[in-house]
Amino acid sequence: MPVNPNDIKDLIQTAFPGATVTVNGADGVHLSAEVIAEEFRGKNRVQQQRMVYAALKGLMDGPDGALHALALTTKIPD
Amino acid sequence: MTDAKSRIDETIKASPVVLYMKGTKEMPQCGFSSKVAGVLNYMGVDYTDVNVLADEEIRQGIKDYSDWPTIPQLYVKGEFVGGCDIITEMTLSGELDTMLEENGVAYDKEAAERIREANA
Repeated sequence: MPVNPNDIKDLIQTAFPGATVTVNGADGVHLSAEVIAEEFRGKNRVQQQRMVYAALKGLMDGPDGALHALALTTKIPD
Repeated sequence: MTDAKSRIDETIKASPVVLYMKGTKEMPQCGFSSKVAGVLNYMGVDYTDVNVLADEEIRQGIKDYSDWPTIPQLYVKGEFVGGCDIITEMTLSGELDTMLEENGVAYDKEAAERIREANA
């Protein structure tokens, strides 16, 4: 059940209103996302990515983890 | 019957480096697991691989344990380090070298340098 990259973008954007979110991945299963958000400042990579995964709750995990694999990059705005 | 959590506790404390992955270090069965196992193998790191495909309880249990929804998951000295993206970034930035050194884990420094050169 492929996932539309725009759905991912909306979910992340809603969770991080001021962030710059780029999502691509035509096949809907292997997607890549980059999130540049002020909320990440002072947090390590694991904590940053946990915040993004929390925003994608349900889509990512579970047996039907539609999003088998999201290549995720998180950055702090410079 | 010890539950998943205590089994995981035991495993990650029994060896300095543990990789929960799909497949085994010789025969990974997922691109992301294969990438992390490949880096560790290439850098000559001695680690315990746990094939989550062979143990459904651990496959879900490890995600709850670390509050991290994907596999692979790397643990060093009982601490969750990250998944494929983070380990790749740390390898390329040299942070993985530092972490291994800080935890007294032997690895092949030249191999790590070759990975970085290949990806420069």
